Amino acid sequence: MRWGVVTFPGSNDDRDALRVVARVLGDDGVALWHKDRDLGGVECVILPGGFSYGDYLRCGAMAKFSPIMAAVVEHARAGGLVLGICNGFQILCEAGLLPGALVRNRSLSFVCDVVTIRVETTATPFTHGCRPGDLLSMPIKHGEGCYVADEATLAELEARDQVVFRYVDQAGRVVPEANPNGSLGNVAGVCNAGRNVLGLMPHPEHAAERLVGGEDGLKLFHSARAWLRREPQGDRTEAPVPEP
Amino acid sequence: MSVLAVTADLAAEHGLTPDEYGKIVDLLGRAPTFEELGVFAVMWSEHCSYKSSRAWLRQLPTGGTRVIEGPGENAGVVDIGDGLAAVFKIESHNHPSFIEPFQGAATGVGGILRDVFTMGARPIASLDALRFGRLEHPRTAYLVKGVVAGIGHYGNCVGVPTVGGDLYFDGGYDHNILVNAFTCGVAPRDRLFRARAAGPGNPVVYVGARTGRDGIHGASLLASAAFDAGAAGKRPAVQVGDPFTEKLLLEACLELMATEHLVAIQDMGAAGLTSSALEMAGRGEAGMLLELDRVPLREPGMTPYEILLSESQERMLLVVRQGSEAAVEAIFRRWDLEASVIGRVTDDGTFRARWRGREVCGLPVAALTQSAPVYRRPAEEPARLEQLQHFDPAEVREPADLTDALLRLLESPNLCSREWAYRQYDQLVGGNTVVRPGGDAAVVRLDGTRRALALTVDCNSRYCQLDPYLGAVLAVVEAARNLVAVGARPLAVSDCLNYGNPERPDVMWEFQQGIAGIRDACVALGTPVVSGNVSFYNETEGHGIPPTPMIAMVGLLDDVEAHLTPWWKAEGDVIVLLGRTREELGASEYLAIVHGLVRGAPPWIDLETEKRLQRLCLAAAAEHLLRSAHDVAEGGLAVALAECSFGGAGLGARIAVESGMRADALLFGESQSRMLVSLRRRHLGRLRDLARREDVQFTVLGEVRGSSLAIGEMVDLPIEQTRARWRRALAERLAR
Repeated sequence: MRWGVVTFPGSNDDRDALRVVARVLGDDGVALWHKDRDLGGVECVILPGGFSYGDYLRCGAMAKFSPIMAAVVEHARAGGLVLGICNGFQILCEAGLLPGALVRNRSLSFVCDVVTIRVETTATPFTHGCRPGDLLSMPIKHGEGCYVADEATLAELEARDQVVFRYVDQAGRVVPEANPNGSLGNVAGVCNAGRNVLGLMPHPEHAAERLVGGEDGLKLFHSARAWLRREPQGDRTEAPVPEP
Repeated sequence: MSVLAVTADLAAEHGLTPDEYGKIVDLLGRAPTFEELGVFAVMWSEHCSYKSSRAWLRQLPTGGTRVIEGPGENAGVVDIGDGLAAVFKIESHNHPSFIEPFQGAATGVGGILRDVFTMGARPIASLDALRFGRLEHPRTAYLVKGVVAGIGHYGNCVGVPTVGGDLYFDGGYDHNILVNAFTCGVAPRDRLFRARAAGPGNPVVYVGARTGRDGIHGASLLASAAFDAGAAGKRPAVQVGDPFTEKLLLEACLELMATEHLVAIQDMGAAGLTSSALEMAGRGEAGMLLELDRVPLREPGMTPYEILLSESQERMLLVVRQGSEAAVEAIFRRWDLEASVIGRVTDDGTFRARWRGREVCGLPVAALTQSAPVYRRPAEEPARLEQLQHFDPAEVREPADLTDALLRLLESPNLCSREWAYRQYDQLVGGNTVVRPGGDAAVVRLDGTRRALALTVDCNSRYCQLDPYLGAVLAVVEAARNLVAVGARPLAVSDCLNYGNPERPDVMWEFQQGIAGIRDACVALGTPVVSGNVSFYNETEGHGIPPTPMIAMVGLLDDVEAHLTPWWKAEGDVIVLLGRTREELGASEYLAIVHGLVRGAPPWIDLETEKRLQRLCLAAAAEHLLRSAHDVAEGGLAVALAECSFGGAGLGARIAVESGMRADALLFGESQSRMLVSLRRRHLGRLRDLARREDVQFTVLGEVRGSSLAIGEMVDLPIEQTRARWRRALAERLAR
C-alpha cells in the first residue's frame, strides 16, 4: 500500500509516521511537502503531529492554506483516506474536513501520558478491523486537545455514529477522570460524514512497536490497509464507505 | 557621527577590571573603539572566557579510545559504534531563568539544541536538571511553573523529546535557581562539522532569525556577576525564544550538512555574532571580515555595537565554499529562512567589522581568544564545614512509627514523583523512547539499530554542601550507577559546574574540591569529561548556592531488548540487595525531612567497590538474569523498595531483613554502591556466583508479593494508596 505523510514547517511526528508505514508495515511511505500540489498517487494521506507554522495563531489555522491542502481536500472529497493525528486532527478541523474544534486543554498545561481509548464505531476504514468497545492504549501529547463543538453538531455526530474514539478508564468506562484534556463527551477522535477522514488526538504511530509504546496503534494502520484491499476482517462486516 | 570615548570607567561599566582594561590597551597598542570594548567585555567575561576556572578544568580526564571530540568544540563527541557518534553537552541558563523563568528556560533549551545540531547531529533527546528554593518560599512555585512550562514549550515545539532530568528543592537555591539543559544527538561519525573557519575568500553566511535588540549582554554578562536587589530590572537582557524558527533552522542545517557546501558552522549563543565569528576564526587560525550593514535586522536604527552583541536567538553563522552561495540560499529558502552573505574569511588573523564604510573593529583574533586572562583566585576551606560534618547519630531518636516516617519521605518534595513536571514534556517524539522519565535513566533506541543510549543527570547538592569533594565523587558515581541500572555501559560525561562567586575564597575552594572529585571518579570509572560548562556567580545579595556540579552521563546498550527498569515484574520473583548497607545517616534526606538536620558526612565510598558492583550488574544484565534493577539512593532502601513497587502493576513486596544496626539507618541510610534487583528464583544461584566472583555482598531480602510493601515488623504500606499520595504530592504542594 502507498501512504503519504505531509511535512508542514513545524511538523514533528512526520518522520515517526513514515517509519511506521515503511519499516513496521513494510509499505511504501511517500514524504509529501507542504508546498507540493499533488499527492503522488498515495492511497492514504497522514497529517502528522507537531506544531505546523509554530501554531502561534490557532493550531492548524495556517496549515490549511498550504498548497498541499487543496490536494488533500480533493482526495478526501473523492473518498480517499485521510488520517489526522494530533496537529493533523487540528488541521482537518480548521480545513473543514472534520466538524468541531480543538482548544486549550482544560488544565491549561501540555500533557504527555498514555491513555485508554474505546473504539466507538467500527464503521470506518481505520477501525473496521477492531471490535466495538475494544480498548486501545495509546500515548497523547498535546496542549490543545480539548474537543469542542456546538450542541447540534455533537448530537449529529452521535446520531450518525461519527465519534470513533472516546477516552475511558481501564475498565472501559467513560468517566471524567479518564478525560485528559476536557474534551466534550470524552471524545478522542471523530470521522466525517463520509467516514473516510479520521482525526484523533492520541498517537497511533507512537503505539506501533512493542518496544516503544506498544502495538495497539497498529490496528488502525492494518485496518486501513485491509479495507483498501477489501480483505475480510474476522467477523466484521465491510465498512459503509462511499466508493470513490 | 559621535563616537563614545572609551575610558577605564566605561570599561568598568562593562565588567572589565582596571588590569584587564590595561591589558587590552597593551595588546592593541591603543585604546579600543567603543565596539571593540564591547567585544572584549563579552569575550573576556567569565561566562565566555572561563577565566576563573580554566586553570582547574585542565585536571579533568578528557581523552579515551571512544572520544572523537573533547571539550572546546560546541559539544563533546564519542564513538558509539555502527559508524555513529553521540554528540552531547549540558549548559546552564540559571541567571536568565531566575529573572524570567519561562523565556529563560526556553532559550536555555534552544541554545543547547543548537550546540548539538551545529556539529551535524540530529538531537534525539534532552534532559533538564533543575534546582529551586524551598517550596515554602513565596517565589518558588512561580519559578517552578515558569521553568517547566518554558522547557516544555521549546522542546515540544522543536520536536525533541525531553526524556528525563532531575528536580530538587533546597533553601540554598531560594535566591538563585539552577536550570541546566542537556541534549544528546546522533551523527554519522564521518559527517561531523566543526567551528573552524578555513579558506580565505570563503563567504561567511548568516542564517536564521533576524537580529534584534533583545538579549544584549544577556548570557554573557548576566551570568558573569552576582545579582543584587535590582535583578528584576535586568529582564530586558533575557532573550526571547522562537522554537518554530529553531525547528526550521535545525532541518535546514541538517539538509545543508548532507551536501558538500559547508566548511564550518557555529551557532550564535552568548555574545552573539561577535563570539561565533571570533570562535570560528580562532579555531581555524584565520581572520574574518564582517560587513555589519548586511546583517538582517529586525528593527531599524541598530548601532554596530548592538549588532555585534545582540543575543537574539535562533541564528547561525556558516562558512561555505566559494560558489556555493546560491545553493546554500536555496536550501534555507526551501525552509522559509533567510541566508545572507555578510562577510568572508581572511588570512590576516584579524577580526574586522565594517559599518557604513567605517571599520568599527579591527582586532587580532589571537588576542581575544588566546590572551584572555586566566585567574588562579585564592581558595580557602570554610571554617563552618567541620562543624557541619560532625554528627553523632545518638543525637536523634529512632521514630516510633517507621511506616509513618517512610510515608513522610515519599511525600517530601525531593522524593515524591516528578510526574507533574515531566507530563508537560513530549517524551516520545522521534519514536525511540524506550524508558521514559521515572526510571533510573532514560533509554533511547538508536534508530535502525539494536542498540540504545542511556542518559542521566545527577547531583546531590546536600552531599556537596557538606563535603564538596565527596559530593562531586558521589554525583559521578550515582550517574554511572543509574546507567548501569538500566543495563548500559557508562561512556562519557558532560558536566555543568554551578557555583557561587569565585571571588570568594571559600567558593573557589569548593570549586577546586569539586573538580578534584569529578577527576578522581571519572578516572576510576573510565568516563572522560567531553564537554561542559561552568556557571559562577550564582549569588544574590551575598547568598551563594550550595556547590552543584551537575553530572550528565551517557551510556550504551548493545542490545536494547536487554534494558532494565526499576519496577517489579511478577509475583514470586526474588528480591536481592547487591552491596553492603553501613550504619550511615549523615547528609541523608531522612535526617533533613524527619529530623530537620542538614549535618554529617556524606556516605562512604570506595571507587573499587563501586566498580565491582557495576561490573556485576552489567554481567547479570548481559546474561538476562535480572527482571528489574534500581539504584538505592536518596531515602535509602525503604524508599527504593517503594519506588520499585510503584510500577504499573502495583505489585508489592514481602521483605525480611536482619541487621544489628539502627532500624532508621537500615531503612533510610544512603550507603553507596548498592543495587536492588529482582529475578526469577531459578537464576538466584547464578547471580550469587557472579556476586561472589566480584566480592559484592549478596543479600536475599524477600520476594515480590501482594499489593502492599511489608518490611519485617517495621513497615506496612498499601501500594495503591501510597502510590497515589506519592504521585500527587508535588502538584499539591505547588497548588498551595
